[in-house]
Formats: sequence, structure tokens, C-alpha cells
Amino acid sequence: MVLNVHVYGMESVKEPAELSAIEQKNLKNKRLGLKLLWLVAGSLLFAFALVPLYDVLCTLTGLNGKTSNTAEMMSKAKLDSSRSVTVQFTSNVMPGLGWNFYPKQPSITLHPGQIETVVFIAKNITNQVVVGQAVPSVTPGIASANLKKIECFCFVRQALQPGEEKEMPLRFFVSPELPADVKEMTLSYSFFPAVEEDK
Amino acid sequence: MSTTTVAHDEAHHDHPTGLMRWLTTTNHKDIGTMYLTFSLIMFLVGGSMILGIRAELFKPGLQLMNPDFFNQLIGVHALIMIFAALMPAATGFANWMIPLQIGAPDMALPRLNNWGFWLLPPSAILLTLPFTLALFGIGDGALATGWTFYPPLSVQGGIGVDFAIFAVHLLGISSVMGSINIIVTLFNMRAPGMTLMKMPMFAWGWLITAFLLVATIPVLAGAVTMLLTDRHFGTHFFDAAGGGDPIMFQHLFWFFGHPEVYILLLPVWGFIPQILETFSRKPMYGYKAQVYSLWAIGALSVVVWAHHFFTAGMPVPALLYFMYSTMAISLPLAVLFFCWIKTMWNGSMSFETPMLFAVGWIILFGIGGLTGLVLADVAADAQYHNSYFVVAHFHYTLFAGGIMGIMAGVYYWLPKMTGNMYNEKLGKWHFWLTAISFNLTFIPQFFVGLAGMPRRIPDYALQFAEFNMISSIAAFVLGLSQLLFVYNIVTCARGGKKATDQVWEGAKGLEWTLSSPPPYHSFTEQPVIK
Repeated sequence: MVLNVHVYGMESVKEPAELSAIEQKNLKNKRLGLKLLWLVAGSLLFAFALVPLYDVLCTLTGLNGKTSNTAEMMSKAKLDSSRSVTVQFTSNVMPGLGWNFYPKQPSITLHPGQIETVVFIAKNITNQVVVGQAVPSVTPGIASANLKKIECFCFVRQALQPGEEKEMPLRFFVSPELPADVKEMTLSYSFFPAVEEDK
Repeated sequence: MSTTTVAHDEAHHDHPTGLMRWLTTTNHKDIGTMYLTFSLIMFLVGGSMILGIRAELFKPGLQLMNPDFFNQLIGVHALIMIFAALMPAATGFANWMIPLQIGAPDMALPRLNNWGFWLLPPSAILLTLPFTLALFGIGDGALATGWTFYPPLSVQGGIGVDFAIFAVHLLGISSVMGSINIIVTLFNMRAPGMTLMKMPMFAWGWLITAFLLVATIPVLAGAVTMLLTDRHFGTHFFDAAGGGDPIMFQHLFWFFGHPEVYILLLPVWGFIPQILETFSRKPMYGYKAQVYSLWAIGALSVVVWAHHFFTAGMPVPALLYFMYSTMAISLPLAVLFFCWIKTMWNGSMSFETPMLFAVGWIILFGIGGLTGLVLADVAADAQYHNSYFVVAHFHYTLFAGGIMGIMAGVYYWLPKMTGNMYNEKLGKWHFWLTAISFNLTFIPQFFVGLAGMPRRIPDYALQFAEFNMISSIAAFVLGLSQLLFVYNIVTCARGGKKATDQVWEGAKGLEWTLSSPPPYHSFTEQPVIK
């Protein structure tokens, strides 16, 4: 039985039971095709689901040097004076932000659990009010979860008047759970032009 | 109504003729021909772009173009070669040959098939239009980020990025539709008695490819959509200042991008063994082992993506995982290589053009695979990353492994598709010119890459001058040799010595039981496989 023209038009007029073999095959093909579309929709959803998943994974594991940007309780700091760790500071200003920005001290050495305050200096070198947002990153990545901030200029956006220079403090400690082989870590801040919030 | 007819002949149909025939056709052979023709044209377009690059790199300093235009050529060359040349060529073969090989009257979803093809020309126009617009002072040219669209560059780029994003959307929709069609065809339309494990290897290669496409193309579509909203609608998926992360784009992109490599290669791994068995005149060695290896490679390909950006910063356990899983792919691949060689072993071999390409392909693709192992090594990759070594490596896999494989397929099936034999002498010339100039183009790039020449830069240090000059001259020979290929195809389509039904003495499989060229409607009565 050979029948391969005009079958599409006939599909709608006949009951499924009356369909010829080829028509039934066409119907079966359409059904499998539609099922596969669900697979496509699934992968598309998966792509967007990766965004929150990626964030969760990064904050949990410190992959990628992401550190928590929320305040820690001071009471969590328990001093471990048996060892010390050196924390180095670096800074970047991203394109579009007319600031000078640098750490006042290149590094400090401290015991895990010891609370310290360090200062970064920012100066607006333009003649306009400029708002910036600092984004931290810690190397090595496995130690990033151990850098605990009590107070930081990076928690909120910072506004500088034209020509204004400001000392920006960071109060932090390194948690005693720091892996034993980490003797040095680097905290880097990148200042970005602040993104406009929805009004 | 002519629905009651039992047997069809050509004259019986009232198909449209001329342009309307091609616009409205749902015939798998017509659509296959259109895919293959489109692919050949885009292969020449993408090739001329890279000749511009090689001309600029002929000697140090900036001679012909500004760096921005250089970057645009590089990115569009890659997108065209991957999405508009290699993928449509494989889909074209699938359309032509899968129904013939499994004894089906046509593809399962013929109208979807037509739509899938006709999305391609608009996307090719979208990709290249910004070049023309720039001539009239609109925008600043095509996408200049390389084909990988990395932010923040792609967020800052001009309208070329938007054009490329929409082109990728269209190309993605097209290949997803093609894949769904192939999966349905292979599952539902096989001739009675042809179990999955009796399918020709080409069908297997494509089945896995199609599943990979359906699973990963939507991820790319999602990633470039996020890029689009970052550019125009104030989202911050990849903007660190807004809480996003540019590295996340690399994860999303390569989650698609690595399987894409196998998407380009699996169809070729399918039909090369068929060519080898034909010209060795003995059955394929290790059919089951090959099928399982193809599945293993398909599965592994989706879990190794981060080896493309080892240097972006990752914890050591992640580096180790991605290194070992990447290297694990070489195990099933080694099984495939063994089967290919064993198929030829003790065979009564003859070296017609398809066989020359197939054997050359094994050697050159092998070099591509081995240099990939070097790059997969985390410690070594720190030196090789982003250098010309990488460029040479992936051209061994994608030009030799992809395009030269496709050429083997073209010479193998051209007599079946056109009914005429191509010019064997010209074919052999084409093979030797291509193989030699290809090696002369890319071997020097391994050396300059090892010595530290970075990719995607229009100028270079003086010590790389000689090797780049060799590479450029060879690239022009390689480019011009392809004109032989085009000439051979065109003359073969127009006439020549008539091909027999079996065409090749050792050819086996259902497609060789039909006449050359096959009738417009074939296997309307499905054959029964015992």
C-alpha cells in the first residue's frame, strides 16, 4: 500500500481507527517530535537554572574566589595564636569609573580569629558625583569562605563628591577553620561604576 | 484527487517547478541537496575571510586592515565554518542518505525539514550583513569578540554582536528542528527488520549527534539571550558590578561548546567506517564496539567543558576532575581508531579519492586528537592556552577531522546523488593539494604557538615571521585547491560517465541497491531486512 500525497489533509477527517498505515505512521512521528520538544524546553530551562545554581555553588564552595558580602558576627572569631596568615590587598578600578582607589597598606599578617581593620583610599578625580560598588574576590579560592568581614565598604554603594577623598575601612578576621596549608591569601577589590537601580 | 494511486512515477506529480520547487519542497533529496549546496557556498565565504587574515599575517606589522576588522573576520569565519558550513554539510548528508540507508520513503517530518533549511540563509545574512552596513556608516561592523562571545567584551560591543546573537538563535532553531527530525526518522521509519543494532554506522553517529544538539543548543540559546538582555534590558547576568559573573558565561558557553565539537565530528565518525569497509572490501571491524564508543564519547562530551578555560581560575580539585575526564575521552576514541585501522587490515584496498580522504583523515585527525591530549593537561595548558598551538590543534580536528571527512563523504556519495562519476584524476589532485597545503599551513602554527604567539592578534613579534609566511602561502594554496573541488562537483552534477547502481565494487548497504541517481521517491515500498 503506497500513499504519500495529500495524507496531511485527510488526517483531520478520519477517526484514528480508520487511518491507513501511513497515516498512523505520520501521527506517530508527530507525537514523537512533540515529545522531543519537551526535551528542548527542558534544556532551555536548565540553561537558566544554571544561573542560580552557579551562584549557590560558588558561595558554598568559594569556587571562583567569591566571598560572602554580608556582615559576620564578631563573636564567631576564636583566636588561634598557634599560626599566622598573611593577607595581601590589591585593587582595581573598572573602566568608566573616574576614581583612584588603592589599599593604604599592601598586606598584614595576623592570627586566625584576630580582628583587624584595614583602610582603602578612594578619590573621585572627576567633577561629578560618582557612585561606585566594590566587588571582592579572594585567592586562593578554597580559602575564600574563611575570610569573614564584620564591616566593609563593599556592603553598600559608595558615593563620592567631586574631588572628594575618602578612607574606606574594612574590619575582618580570618576564621580559624582556614586550611592549614594556606599561609598567604590575597583580597582583591574591583570598584565598578554602580549600576542604576530601577526607580 | 490522486490519493488512490498505487505506484507513482515522476510525471504523475504536480510539483511546482523552478524557484517554487526549492522553496516549497519537502523531499528529503531536494532538501539534502540544498543543505549541501548552502554548505559549499558558505565554506567558500568563510574560507575567503580567513585568507584575509592570512594575508594580514603574511608579515609582521599592520598592512591590510585595522585590528578591529581583523577581529571581526576571525569571529565570523569561525561562526560561518561551524554553523553554516560543517553542520549543514552533515545535515545535508543526513537528509540525503539516512532515509536511503534505513529504507524509509522520506524523513519523518518533511515540512519541518523544509523550514529547518530555510532558516539558514537568513541567519547567514544576519551574520555577514554588519560588514555591509559598516560600509554605509551604520554600526561598526560584525561581531569582534571571536566566536565565543565572551563578556564583558561582547556586552560592550557594537550592533554586530546583536546580529550574531540573532543569527545564533536562528541557526540553533534550525539545527534543533533538523535533530528532532532525524531522531524521529531513526526511531520510527526504519525498514521492517532493521533493528537499532543493524543500522548503518552513519545513522548511529547522527542519532547521538542529534541528541547532543537537542540537549545543548538550547543552553547556548539561553546564554546568548542572557547576553542580549545584559546589553539592552538592564540585567546583570555577566556584570560583576550588578552581582553577576563573566566567568559564568564561559561555563554556559562551553557547556554547549564542547559537545559541539563532537556534534561536528560524530556524523563523520559514522560514515568514514563505511567508506573504509567499501574500499577495503571486507566488513567493518567491531561494529558493536564502535557503537558503544560513540555513545561513551557522546556522554563524556557533556561533562568536560571547563577544560576550555583552565586558566580562568578554578580550584585544584575542579582542574583535576576536568583534566582526567577530558583525557578519559581518548579511551573510547582509541577504540574507534583501532576499529578503523583493523577494518583496513588485510583488506583488498584500493585508493579512489574517497578512500584517500578517509585514510588521510585518520592520520590527520589522529594528530588533532593527540595534540588535544597535550592541551588537556592542566600544567601544560597554562603555556599553550590562547596560543597558536590551540589554533593548529582545533584545525587538525575540525578542518582535517571535520571538513576533509565531509569531502570523503562527498566523493563517496556524489556518483549516487548525481548519477555521474566525478573526475577521478582531479579528485586525487584535490586530495594531495589539500592534504599537503593543510599540513604546511598548520604545522608552523604549532611551532609559533609553542614559542608564545597568541591567537587573535593581527601583529606579531619578528621571530615568528618565517613560520607565518610559510603558513600564509600554504593557506592560499589550500584555499585555491578548493576551487578544484567546486569544479569537480559542478561538472559531475552536469554530466559525465554514468555511475552504476552500486558505484563502488565493495559498497554495501541499502542506498547502493537503488539506481544512480535514485528515483525522486524511493523505498515507497519498504524493503525487509533479514
